[in-house]
Amino acid sequence: MTRASTARFLGASLPWWLLILPALVLMLVFYVYPLAEVLWISVTEPEPGLGNYERLLTSPAVQRVWVTTLRICVITTVITLLCGYVVAYALASAPLRLQRWMFLFVLLPLWISVLVRAFAWVTLLRRQGLINEALLATGLIEEPLRLIWNEFGIAVGMIHYMIPYAVLPLYASMRDIDPRLVPAARGLGASRLEAFRRVFLPLTLPGIIAATVLVFIFSLGFYVTPAILGGGRTLMIAEYIKLQILDLIRWGLGTMMASTLLIAILLLLWLMSRLVDIRRVFGQG
Amino acid sequence: MAALSQALTIERVSKHYGPVRAVDDVSLTIGRGRFVTLLGPSGSGKTTLLMAIAGFVAPTSGRILLDERPITPLPPEKRNFGMVFQGYALFPHMTVAENVAFPLRVRKVPRAEIARRVADALALVQLGHLADRLPKQLSGGQQQRVALARALVFEPSLLLLDEPLSALDKKLRAELQVELKELHRRVGLTFIYVTHDQEEALSMSDSIAILRDGRLVQEGAPAALYERPATRFVADFLGKSNFLEGRVERIEAGGFAYRVGSARFVQNGPSGELSVGSEALVALRPEKVMVLGEAPADPALNILPGTIAAWSYFGSAFALSVDTPVGRMQATVPAWRCPIEPAEGRPVQLAWSAEASVRVVAD
Repeated sequence: MTRASTARFLGASLPWWLLILPALVLMLVFYVYPLAEVLWISVTEPEPGLGNYERLLTSPAVQRVWVTTLRICVITTVITLLCGYVVAYALASAPLRLQRWMFLFVLLPLWISVLVRAFAWVTLLRRQGLINEALLATGLIEEPLRLIWNEFGIAVGMIHYMIPYAVLPLYASMRDIDPRLVPAARGLGASRLEAFRRVFLPLTLPGIIAATVLVFIFSLGFYVTPAILGGGRTLMIAEYIKLQILDLIRWGLGTMMASTLLIAILLLLWLMSRLVDIRRVFGQG
Repeated sequence: MAALSQALTIERVSKHYGPVRAVDDVSLTIGRGRFVTLLGPSGSGKTTLLMAIAGFVAPTSGRILLDERPITPLPPEKRNFGMVFQGYALFPHMTVAENVAFPLRVRKVPRAEIARRVADALALVQLGHLADRLPKQLSGGQQQRVALARALVFEPSLLLLDEPLSALDKKLRAELQVELKELHRRVGLTFIYVTHDQEEALSMSDSIAILRDGRLVQEGAPAALYERPATRFVADFLGKSNFLEGRVERIEAGGFAYRVGSARFVQNGPSGELSVGSEALVALRPEKVMVLGEAPADPALNILPGTIAAWSYFGSAFALSVDTPVGRMQATVPAWRCPIEPAEGRPVQLAWSAEASVRVVAD
């Protein structure tokens, strides 16, 4: 580019740059800077070096938190995807008018505070909760079931929260499938199950991958739901970080866990971007 | 490659959606190895009928038999019919070869045999060189051929085609019509073809069944339907027709005389239930109208004076719109021996013989 054309280019686009400047500054000051600070603390507190990261390999407590978190996230992701697939399928095959109502009910939970929802689950699942009382009254059980303050309770709350996030990418991939393909497969001799397995399922694969990564990443960082439904007995990473930083004032360990989590999530996103077109996952294209 | 072709009998089949009768009491027999077209405007029930034959739509009443064996309760995958869908419905995640192999795979055919039969089927439609392409990398005509190969590779007992050419441009459509007919002759299979395109139906079929509002209106060989349409709808839908609405004046042996306004015409053919004074409807094909400069002397001809209101030239023919005392008439005249010079406002004499037109039932 010559100097003149460079100047013209800058002159033409400068006003646009100015428009996004406030947002850019906001991002830098309140997002990028604190993140960098977190990374910095994780390699400087209590002493400079990778001492904090060493604990990933040596500390049973840290490892237990990771294992618990991963286990809950895997269970949540698998069940969320199964439920989400069914919901998305029902949505995609419903008549258009009905679809709008169904969408409303899929999205409704997203507009209710996660705190409210967690407490709603507490009233349902606790020892004297609706479910246990009802089961006791009908005589199906003699002792109240332990539905809460364990991994089961956390998973229930998280799955409930995550289902819309699975439904949306799955629905997007199902909507794009030519509705004649499954009948065509059956006309060619495939049973219902086989038509689904050989035609419908492979065509929703991008949606499945997207939903899996999305749900899994979101699950990794859950804080409120595990804190309330886990009752402090089952620790997931987010709560562990809060514990280290706010209660035990061990900034180094807390920021190390935060940084590791962030890196893991970025890795997962990168992996997903290799497998599917990210823009499509979030509804474009 | 087709083993044994089978006959299909449709017995009083109806399909109702609430108060709507998509298919209404249709009976039809489709002989072995025939090329039968279900023809009708959109909403006539032709696709619903095809879907009932394929097994995707359960008839409200009636039976469908394949060589005396009722197949109505069978799901589509148990019927062993090949089907070419509108828009082809090729599986986008499979290559051409995998698409064609699909019906064999679900039938658990051994791998080596699949490879051989897929190659044969692709050779049949001249697409062997594109076996590893994905459907979206093919042209419309090529996709259509893949759909055909896929529908034929498992030696179905009949082939159902749902407007397979409607997505293609006119020239390609004409080419593929010839190809399809040729393919039909080679495989010897029964073809059931759905279309709304009357030219396609006329040029390809052994037999045409015309549907309207869910009912079977008339069935027969293309020429028979074209020459002797039973109803006004058939005369109008299959080709073009002029209609003369008149009143019977005289019944004769082998025909009748009728009057439209002040004009008098004669019509050959059975007068049926007509009596003097009853209304008669006569259909007249534009190409059977002679356009002359002066009234012919032959007293056997029906003659109608008029003036040319509009005309157009198609290379092979002139299409004339002529205003007459009985309304506007259409006439098509071969261009190379048109006896008059077409010009707007020019007075002409229209003439046709008593057997050129045909009496139809108003509907």
